[in-house]
Amino acid sequence: MKTKGLIITAVIAVLFFGANLASAGNLVITGSTTVLPIAQKVAEAYMSQNPDVKISISGGGSGEGMKALIDGTTSIADSSRFIKDTEVKQAVDKGRYPVPFAIAYDCIIPVVHPSNTVVNLTVQQLKGIYKGDIKNWKEVGGPDKKIVIISRDSSSGTYEVWDEKVMNKEKVSPAALMQASNGAIVQAVSSNQNAIGYIGIGYVDNSVKALMVNRVKGTAETALNGTFPIHRALYMFTDGWPKGDTLNFINFMLHPQKGQKYVKEEGFVPMY
Amino acid sequence: MLNNQHKGRSRRIKEQWIKALFFIVAFASISVLALIVIFLFMEGLPIFSKVSVKAFIFGHYWYPTSEPPEFGIFPLIIASLSVTVISSLISIPLGVFTALYLAEVASQRLREWVKPLVELLAALPSVVIGFFGMVIVAPFLQDFLHISVGLNLFNASLMLAFMSVPTICSISEDAIFSVPRELKEASLALGATRWETIGRVVVPASISGISTAVILGMSRAIGETMVVLMVAGGAAMIPTSLFDPVRPMPASIAAEMAEAPFRGDHYYALFATGIALFAFTLIFNLLADYVSHKYRQVGASTL
Repeated sequence: MKTKGLIITAVIAVLFFGANLASAGNLVITGSTTVLPIAQKVAEAYMSQNPDVKISISGGGSGEGMKALIDGTTSIADSSRFIKDTEVKQAVDKGRYPVPFAIAYDCIIPVVHPSNTVVNLTVQQLKGIYKGDIKNWKEVGGPDKKIVIISRDSSSGTYEVWDEKVMNKEKVSPAALMQASNGAIVQAVSSNQNAIGYIGIGYVDNSVKALMVNRVKGTAETALNGTFPIHRALYMFTDGWPKGDTLNFINFMLHPQKGQKYVKEEGFVPMY
Repeated sequence: MLNNQHKGRSRRIKEQWIKALFFIVAFASISVLALIVIFLFMEGLPIFSKVSVKAFIFGHYWYPTSEPPEFGIFPLIIASLSVTVISSLISIPLGVFTALYLAEVASQRLREWVKPLVELLAALPSVVIGFFGMVIVAPFLQDFLHISVGLNLFNASLMLAFMSVPTICSISEDAIFSVPRELKEASLALGATRWETIGRVVVPASISGISTAVILGMSRAIGETMVVLMVAGGAAMIPTSLFDPVRPMPASIAAEMAEAPFRGDHYYALFATGIALFAFTLIFNLLADYVSHKYRQVGASTL
């Protein structure tokens, strides 16, 4: 009986959500885990001002969001990278036309254990460390300890920015530890004195030490004026130019006193 | 007379309905399995138009997003196998000896208490075990053994061992407990000590059940995702020591699938990794089936 009840509940839930998706006044947002905290905050604010609109939000990654947009199961796809050629082609094949909106800047900060004496690394040194050429902290002015490289998984948007801005398309050493999220990197770096990792500016906290890059501290200003070398834009994609609730939401998102305020609160860099 | 006939017919019809119902239920679960396998192959095979099967399986570099990408899962396969073997080295003695103790040595009352407790270990969600490994065990290993990384092969194996012990213990305990009483009594009557009875009579008689338990425990370890994702470290290299970080196949699939472009080469390569993983678990299951048939203990009189 218990299982039967569960099955019935599941079926009802599926029907209910399925129906919800189609009806007006509801938005589905899915995609990049980097954009997720922004989307969540902004959606909450939007829903409190527009109680008749229901927004459901999920993460899953930029690729997952694009897939949902291509399949037509989401109204907005969050992405921490620009859409790929293959994805554009698939979307067009299905009669969908993804439109990008840059909603925030993300600044990627190299971090080390708080006990590490190193305060600054050049992009060249970072590249050397991640390639596996620089193996000991003393080579970059730190203690005589082996460097433990921690990287994001090679398919994450964060890795792509690192790959582009720091590695210059050279390969990260196979000995690098790959972690699946910003939070996991913070956890791994904060519990290992020899570790170096990199995370979005929104995830920097007291348990790790943020490094300067080329003697520039990673902040909102240095990312926007381009002096901090490792940054990227974050996007929301819609299918075609947005209409109705989707348009209202995007407008809310991009408004300097509304959505962009929350971008800043979440530790990202607002666009406007 | 007529009434009876009628009753008989309606009973037969009812019987047939129930038979059909059971057939449909059994067929449904099998067809779901078949569909998943077909889907797995459909999404995985296209990668072999880009790389050869040999280069895929024996390639040493896994750089799925580089230009040009490299899809070599050899380090991933080695990682999965080494994690499985090392975790078995820990979990098999623990599981089997616990089972022997519970079935043969412990008092009935103790057994009734301890067995559910061991089985409760299986109820721990894998993410909790992974979290434990990440937050408690990894820093401990780093400080205690002075190694550079706590997220490594050994840590992952240890956590996986925790997960397979209940499987191994519970199934082998059932096998050992069901060894016919006459066998044990005969052995004791011939003057064998308890230890000799366990070693030479009980274990050989239940070896088929114990082997099945061990293999099922191992196949749980090779397929486990969350724990290895969290504590194995994730470096796609062939480990040279027990304390090197590794990247087993399930961890790679789970970590990358969300961000892989839909129906791109990377996506296909991850599904192909899934095929390799499926092949390994299939081999384990066939082996378990074979062993349990071959060494089956048939009644007391055959010994």
